[in-house]
Amino acid sequence: MALNITGRKLFVKALKEEGVDTIFAYPGGMITDIVDELYKTEGIRVVLGRHEQALVHEAEGYARATGKTAVVLVTSGPGATNTITGIADAYYDSIPMVIFTGQVPLHLIGNDAFQEVDIVGMTRSITKLGVTVRNREDMGRLIKMGFQVASTGKPGPVLIDIPKDIQVAQGSPDYPTHVDIRGYHPNENVHIGQLKKAYRLLKNAKRPLILAGGGVRISGAQKELLQFAEKMKIPVTTTVMGKGVMPEDSTLYIGNCGMHGRFAANKAVTECDVLFSIGTRFNDRITGDLEKFAPKAQIVHVDIASASISRNVVVDVPVTADAKIALERLVEYAEEIDTKKWLCELKAWEKEHPLSMPNSKVGVCPQTICEAINQVFPNANIVTDVGQHQMWASQFIKVNKEQEFITSGGLGTMGFGFPAAIGAAIGNPKKPVVLITGDGGFQMNMQEMATAMTEKIPVIICIFNNSNLGMVRQMQQLFYGKRYEITDLSAADGSYYPDFLKWAEGYSCPGIRVSDAADVVPALKKAKANKEGPTVIDFIVSPDDLVLPMVKSGTPLSSMILK
Amino acid sequence: MEKMKNRWIALYVENQVGVLAKVSGLFSAKSYNLQTLTVGTTEREDVSRMTISVKADDVTFEQIKKQLNAMVEVIKVIDLTTIPIHMKEILYATVSGLDVTGKTEAFQIAEVFARGGSVKICDIGGDSVLFECTLTENKNNELISLLKSRFKKVQIVRGGAVAVEAISRSNR
Repeated sequence: MALNITGRKLFVKALKEEGVDTIFAYPGGMITDIVDELYKTEGIRVVLGRHEQALVHEAEGYARATGKTAVVLVTSGPGATNTITGIADAYYDSIPMVIFTGQVPLHLIGNDAFQEVDIVGMTRSITKLGVTVRNREDMGRLIKMGFQVASTGKPGPVLIDIPKDIQVAQGSPDYPTHVDIRGYHPNENVHIGQLKKAYRLLKNAKRPLILAGGGVRISGAQKELLQFAEKMKIPVTTTVMGKGVMPEDSTLYIGNCGMHGRFAANKAVTECDVLFSIGTRFNDRITGDLEKFAPKAQIVHVDIASASISRNVVVDVPVTADAKIALERLVEYAEEIDTKKWLCELKAWEKEHPLSMPNSKVGVCPQTICEAINQVFPNANIVTDVGQHQMWASQFIKVNKEQEFITSGGLGTMGFGFPAAIGAAIGNPKKPVVLITGDGGFQMNMQEMATAMTEKIPVIICIFNNSNLGMVRQMQQLFYGKRYEITDLSAADGSYYPDFLKWAEGYSCPGIRVSDAADVVPALKKAKANKEGPTVIDFIVSPDDLVLPMVKSGTPLSSMILK
Repeated sequence: MEKMKNRWIALYVENQVGVLAKVSGLFSAKSYNLQTLTVGTTEREDVSRMTISVKADDVTFEQIKKQLNAMVEVIKVIDLTTIPIHMKEILYATVSGLDVTGKTEAFQIAEVFARGGSVKICDIGGDSVLFECTLTENKNNELISLLKSRFKKVQIVRGGAVAVEAISRSNR
């Protein structure tokens, strides 16, 4: 029998066996032993963030850029509670992640001890699994279970809470290679009968449409989706999370649909007779008024989670399957159908209301910045924060199959962008990372500049700075009689605030201010040349620029505000 | 809006800390209408069984089953609504402020209801009696409304339904 080892040693062993090369961590009283063990460990990069919420977003960016399960380590109490927003974000965007939290020693649990919280209880509804390790002998099995559950089926965050005394307790050195979980059986097959039913619907359709979501990317089915669409000649629209699963230069791709989707895409959803949706959960941002969503269509819904099917939209043909497995099969059947007339209609709609922004009165037009980013960074991973800039990016940024479009879709977490961009760059250092952020969201996690500088992360930080909380301001402008309450972030004298260049200087980070269209490309090129660390580009944009089209929340997709 | 109906689910779950909270939390988080939830151990130490009664329309009920199934700690979900089952709920009813006639009537009621399951007067005081009943939920409802209509002071303690699948005919 092998000699017993401590929990902290087993922790590190588990990470190694899981192939973890990077963890995002912040120290504290209840993880000092594990932190000490990491000091003695080779081969695992420990990234010190500056706030636990940011750590989780960094881990999300890392997971999105690598496809691997990301790992976070924080202490108990406030360290743990700070991760909650990040965990929720990862949950709603199905990002594989294991979060380790320190916990007070077993005998103090329930005593309202210093820095004690019931983090497992608090995160129960936003994790796939959450456990406190109550016996040293369970530790290996629970960690293994965590990695298994996080990365399989519909991926998501798992939280493992480790009391301080477990970290130092002696126990078995074994780390299992697999754990049988009797209540957990991720779907690995597809019901062929259902799939054939779905195919027959498409085959007989006159106006078929594929709606592809983030699930297609998670399952790595981009190639199969393209093949399937091309073989059958069916147009494809995407959700925000699905952006990039279809090459944007494909003639069959008609852009995003939903609240800020393209006119033609939303028209297509409204007019199609068969809607083949795959890897999307029909979020309300995609459907608008549910009663009037795809009113003329029979709906097929392929999703790995049966609980996602017929929840928001009652569908005609449900198919519980991994997107890749389903599409591989469908490609085998696929035969061309005549959609020429339908494709012409779509083109006509695109012509009727193409995506374009009017020229800004102040500063630089956001469309101009996005197009310049396309030009200067044709192969970068694009990360966004949440707000107007995010929707402009979803409209005007073009991503090819080499690129990731990383954004907070489900939870819509302001403050996501900057740390996620750092994580993406750490995960895939070969790929430039362009962060598109707003001045509001950026300020929610800008302390991570220290992380980016010390870790030498060459993120290009493009702040679309309108000195306002633009997305809410837009609603106030359109629906609340221009009563701009608490959306103005300017200084008392009305000037844009803070001065992001002076702020960056405090971190010794170079900054460029751009308020003229002619300076956009040169600024991006200059930033591109800086490989040593981040560069801030403060793009001055107008607070009056709107994200259009817009479907007002709760109204049908067909009722778009166009100007 | 589809019709709301009472429905029952049996759930095999891991007998672990937090599982009850997770299952009940689902109902509050998603605004499902939980009627009763009972939980107890099974022949296996590491497995608990819950009987859950909900009021829901067809679509919501399907969702509830799927959401429960999706939980890592849930081993098996059994829809009891459509299969033959045996189901009983324990009920205690204290009726007080009784004179002699009232007491006699209480005993009569117990006797009549005993035809539908186990009902007895298990305790008695100067002016009160205590009913102990193991009936179906519906039958308990009937008894409660009868007691309330006949007597002024009625105190009710209900245990929630416990259900088990009937042994299939071929196995008898």
